Amino acid sequence: MMLRLGIDVGGTNTDAVLVDDEGRVLATHKAPSTVDPLDGISAAIAAVSVVADVSGIHRAMLGTTHSANAIIQRQGLGRVAVLRLAAPSSLAVSPGADWPDDLRESVISDVAIIEGGYEYDGRVIAELDEEAVRRFSAAAAGAGALAVSCAFSPANFEQELRTAEIIASELGDDFPVSLSHRVGTLGLLERENATILNSALLQVSAAVVDGLDNALRENGIDADSYITQNDGTLMTSSQALEMPVLSLGSGPTNSMRGACSLAGLADAIVVDVGGTSTDVGILVDGFPRESAAAVYVGGVRTNFRMPDLISMGLGGGTIVRTDGTAVTVGPDSVGYRVTEEALVSGGSTLTLSDVSVAGSRLTGFGDPARVQNLDSRTVEQALSWVDEQLATHCERMKASREAMPLLAVGGGAHLVPGGVPGTSEVIRPRHYEVANAFGAAISEASGTVDRVYQYGSSSREECLESARAEALATAVAAGADPEQARITSVVEVPMTYVPGGGCRVQVKAAGPLGD
Amino acid sequence: MRTLTLDQVDDLALGATLLGTGGGGDPYVARLMLRQAINTYGPVTIVDPPELPADGLVMTVAVVGAPTVLLEKIPAGTEFIASIEALASYLGRDPVALMPIEVGGLNTLLPLAVATEMGLPVVDADGMRRAFPQIEMTVFTLAGIKCSPMSVADEKGNLCVFETNTNQLGETLVRGAVMSLTLANAFSSYSMTVSEVATHAIAGSVTYCTELGARLSAVQRGEAGAYQRFLEFARGEVIFSGVITDVLRETTQGFSKGTVTIEARDGSEDTMQVAIQNEFLVAWKNGEPVVTVPDLICILDAETATPITTETLRYGQRVNVVALPCAPEWHREGMLEVAGPKAFGFDLDYKRMGE
Repeated sequence: MMLRLGIDVGGTNTDAVLVDDEGRVLATHKAPSTVDPLDGISAAIAAVSVVADVSGIHRAMLGTTHSANAIIQRQGLGRVAVLRLAAPSSLAVSPGADWPDDLRESVISDVAIIEGGYEYDGRVIAELDEEAVRRFSAAAAGAGALAVSCAFSPANFEQELRTAEIIASELGDDFPVSLSHRVGTLGLLERENATILNSALLQVSAAVVDGLDNALRENGIDADSYITQNDGTLMTSSQALEMPVLSLGSGPTNSMRGACSLAGLADAIVVDVGGTSTDVGILVDGFPRESAAAVYVGGVRTNFRMPDLISMGLGGGTIVRTDGTAVTVGPDSVGYRVTEEALVSGGSTLTLSDVSVAGSRLTGFGDPARVQNLDSRTVEQALSWVDEQLATHCERMKASREAMPLLAVGGGAHLVPGGVPGTSEVIRPRHYEVANAFGAAISEASGTVDRVYQYGSSSREECLESARAEALATAVAAGADPEQARITSVVEVPMTYVPGGGCRVQVKAAGPLGD
Repeated sequence: MRTLTLDQVDDLALGATLLGTGGGGDPYVARLMLRQAINTYGPVTIVDPPELPADGLVMTVAVVGAPTVLLEKIPAGTEFIASIEALASYLGRDPVALMPIEVGGLNTLLPLAVATEMGLPVVDADGMRRAFPQIEMTVFTLAGIKCSPMSVADEKGNLCVFETNTNQLGETLVRGAVMSLTLANAFSSYSMTVSEVATHAIAGSVTYCTELGARLSAVQRGEAGAYQRFLEFARGEVIFSGVITDVLRETTQGFSKGTVTIEARDGSEDTMQVAIQNEFLVAWKNGEPVVTVPDLICILDAETATPITTETLRYGQRVNVVALPCAPEWHREGMLEVAGPKAFGFDLDYKRMGE
């Protein structure tokens, strides 16, 4: 039997599931995340390996908060030299200008804005100053990594590619260079920020890829390893080593896709209730809707594609306080210590889990006798606060008035009431507590085409058709089932004034892994 | 004379976003420019007209172009100085101070960054005290002050200086120049004497914007009574609270137009519709117009008190619609033709807020 191992490292818990080729869950594991997350990964693999023949595991998928934590905690990040091709424009705002001081100091070593870049219509702002690139290579060598941005590079990335060539000739082919057109879309400062973060995360990513491979080997598993991306598709280890920033938001994506697949739905609101916080997101056609607003990571503004989420301080460990009349809920939480500190666990802190037990939403957790004498008004008020929060945020996520099903997942899913206004039904799919690891296990292989086409020489439809076909072929080459592979996004960035009507076309295809 | 320091930049930017009434350009990049300029050249000197020689020349500077291009093409800084120097040379005299023409949106902060680099003070005044999409929509036009002569410059040394008979034609020529100069440029217009500023400009706008931002920031931090203090300061009122249930958009003639519908959640059947053309222009409650330009219509997120821009309006947002009266300097002869509802193609009478 061909098995897949899905692992999710979250802020509170590390989860793992073993899934067979029919999508059936054979084993699950949930334990608090460890100080070194790799220990938790290793323990999770060992735990699920007990129940099945590990020789059947041929693919292992990991979604992890390693990169996000590295940025938030400013730990393990590499130094980066930043080169912007845009002068004489853009001099009024330096690279990294809006970064939190401590992060900028620990990551950004040298910056230069040199002549180069493009106008909106494809003309150059200035020809690339190749001599300046060569001069900057010493600074890059000192930092250990280089991030390159360029005005309007999403529409024309020739100067970024040329810069990479020059650096390779100066510092060798192996010197790590991140190019902004590969990382993000329009919005120079945000794309540049994401590119710098990508360079800073290279070592973190290398440690994750190595750690996963070692943990698999130690448990006698000979499997291909993958890292999950923000958009619910997989990166091979070698891609993850080059583009770590693309995995920054994969946790919520995995959780949402896992929820939908466990419930057998493609369109739904997903409410993921953890120990401390709740994320509400929406799935359209099996994929999370992406955020239109700028996304901040560790205080840095970026524009890469992340699931559109609303987070709130509501979880199983959220602390409930009462002064006899008024009840206040959170925002602080006892987090994963809920299994010791909640009243029903024998502790002394009133939490939402206690209220949930007293209100008969949660059963089989702790000792219900310990909350028997809890004031019924306190229970009622706390639960109605929960209901109101959930209803408000579900309404905000929806794109229309039409009622949608709500999927409740995560360890605190018991808090979600049986009915939420604006939703057609509340579903708690089987294995909802490990939806995120399941989501990792069912991540899809993908292929992308990113190229400038001349619509003048052949029609737009012919160009798009050839791009679609090539993206599908790439996805299939990456392991996607040819029967199920499909186009998941088409982005055209026109280069208005370029002779012949040039247009950058980005097509992405994805499909479940074939066997 | 007073100074505007780094720690006031965020309040000024928040106030500018609010006075942008949904548009005016995102002050994000201008905020970063101003921070960098203050770090490099020192705090901004803010003055009132009596502190300057009455016959001294005051010049304005602003960024003009397409917001989407500005996302990718960040200003150099030099284009603003070039536009000022070109116009000063044409006029044959140097400015004693700079002034924003539009305190609302990104053009609020930008002249401050340029002024500290040029070592000039900024006059605490402007021509709109809100954002408007066209150059002639100023109280200066009401006073018969011409935007001409004016200059447009880029960061590569290309520039032009020109004169027009009307401020409306000035707007048209600037757009034409900007189309040819890559859609992210500097322009200088409405040069006038200090005594003309004292008589005709909206006084105290930069300070007002900073104070407004500080009070809104207090609301966002959840300080007790802050909402009331914010509304009292702005003489504003919450004209509607509810949930956005529809956002209709269309792009016509280079402007982004549309309508947003908000439904009450207080048990009533009340609805509000707000017309968008770059900014929020008219608010109807149950079909009846309640607030129109030039008074300000601002939509704030009900929970975070973040001003919502026309691009970030979304179904399901819980919002408060806050109306602020326009600066009293707008209430002059000719206002309706320049900035009333009919100037935007709405066949409506203007009803002054609070009357």
